[in-house]
Amino acid sequence: MFKAFYTVVMRDLLLAVRNRSDILTTVFFFIIAISLFPLGVGPELNTLREIAPGVFWVAALLASMLALERLFAIDYADGTLEQMLITPQPATILVLAKVLAHWLITGVPLVLLSPLLGLQYDLSSEAIQVLMLTLFLGTPSLSLIGAIGAALTLGLRGGGVLVSLLVLPLYIPVLIFGAGAVEATVSGLGGAGHISMLGAIFLLSLVLSPLATVAALRVSAE
Amino acid sequence: MSSNRINWFKYSSPATFYPLAGKLAPWFTAIAVILIMVGLYMGFFVAPTDYKQGEGYRIIFVHVPASWMSMFIYLVMAFWAAMGLVFNTRMSGMMVQSLAPTGAMFTFLALWTGAFWGKPMWGTWWVWDARLTSELILFFLYIGYIALHSSIDDNRRADRATAILVLVGVVNIPIIYYSVQWWNTLHQGASVSVKSGSSMASVMLISMLIMAFAFWAYTIAISLARVRSIILERERDKQWVSELPEIKQ
Repeated sequence: MFKAFYTVVMRDLLLAVRNRSDILTTVFFFIIAISLFPLGVGPELNTLREIAPGVFWVAALLASMLALERLFAIDYADGTLEQMLITPQPATILVLAKVLAHWLITGVPLVLLSPLLGLQYDLSSEAIQVLMLTLFLGTPSLSLIGAIGAALTLGLRGGGVLVSLLVLPLYIPVLIFGAGAVEATVSGLGGAGHISMLGAIFLLSLVLSPLATVAALRVSAE
Repeated sequence: MSSNRINWFKYSSPATFYPLAGKLAPWFTAIAVILIMVGLYMGFFVAPTDYKQGEGYRIIFVHVPASWMSMFIYLVMAFWAAMGLVFNTRMSGMMVQSLAPTGAMFTFLALWTGAFWGKPMWGTWWVWDARLTSELILFFLYIGYIALHSSIDDNRRADRATAILVLVGVVNIPIIYYSVQWWNTLHQGASVSVKSGSSMASVMLISMLIMAFAFWAYTIAISLARVRSIILERERDKQWVSELPEIKQ
C-alpha cells in the first residue's frame, strides 16, 4: 500500500519535472498576481502592509485553483485514471498520493516564494514567518478540497470555469483563517487561534476529501 | 411477512410519484396562500411596534423564516442526495434538482431582506460578519449545484456527481447556524431557541411561525410542481408518460 503511494507520488513528480512549464505557470501566476496589487492600489507602504495578508492568500487561492485542472485531467484523457481505480490498492491512497504530489508541485513553491514577495510588501519578519506557516498549513487543504472539484468536473465542457464556481466557496474558510492569522499577528493579538483552526481544517479535509474525491472520480470515469 | 410492512419504495418510482405529486401540490399551494396572507396580516397589523427598532423590525417576519428555509432546504437536499447515492433511486436526484432553485431563492431573499434590515439598524447594507458571509457561501453552493447539474448532459451522472457536491457542502450548515454563538459579531443571536424559548412577544413569535409554516408549504408545493416537470422531461420516452391523459389530448 505504501509502495503504491510512493510510486504514484514519484511518478507524478517525475512527470512534472519532465514538463516544467506546468509548475512555472502556477508560480509565475502567483508572482504576477501579487505584483499587480501595488500597481493598482498605489505604492504606499502602509496600505500595502495592511492588504498584504489578504492579497497573498487570494493569490495563493487562485494559483492553486488554476493548477487543479491538471490534477486528474491528463490521466483521465489517456486512461491511466481508470486503471488506477481498478487496481487492488485502495483508491483513496492513490488519490492522496496524487494530491500530495500536486501540493509539492504547486503549493510548496508558493510557500517558499512568499518571504521574498513579503519583502516587497514591507512585512515584518514576524509577519512573514506567520504567513509562511499559514500557507504551509493552508495550501494542502486547498489541494485536498480542490481535488473534489477537479474530480467532479472531469471531462465536462467549461470545466475550468465550473471548477472555480464549485471550489472557491469551499476555499473561503481557509482564506479567512489564513489571512486572519497574519492580520492578528501584525496587530499584536496573536494568531494562534487562527492557526489552530487552519490545522483543524487541514485534518478534516485530509480525512474526508479523499473519500469524496474517489466517489466523484468513480462517477466521472464511468 | 413483507405484505405487512409499508412499502417505502412504492413512491420512489416516477410513475407512481407523478400522480401523487399532482394530487398534493394544489393542497399545499392553498395552504401556502392562506398562511402567507394570515402571517403577513398578523405581522404587519396585529404585532405591536418594537420599542427599540420601530417599524423596521417587521422585516423579520420574512427574513427569519426565509433564512430557516434556506438552511433547511439544503439539509433536505443533502438527505435526498444521500438517499440517491445509497439506494440508487431515480426520484432522489429529481427531488434534489427540484429543491435547489427554491433554496437559492430563499437564500437570496434572506440576504436581501437582511440588507434592508441592516440599513436602518446597523447603518449599512452589508457587513462582513460571520453569519452573513456563511449565508453568502450557502448561496454560492446552491449556484454551484445548479451550474454543475446543468453542465452534465447525462442526468444520472449529473445526479450522482451533484449528490457528492451537496454532501460536501453540508459542512457549511452548522457553521451558519452556530456562527452567531461562535463568533460574537454584529448579527444578533438567535431570536428563537428550543432551550430558552423565545426572546420576543408571543404575537410576534406566532406570526413568525405562521410565516415559517407558510414558506414550508410554499416550498413543498413549488418543488412538487417542479418535480412533475422534471419527471415528464426525463421520462418522456417512457410508455406510462405517453398514456397520461394530459399528454394524450
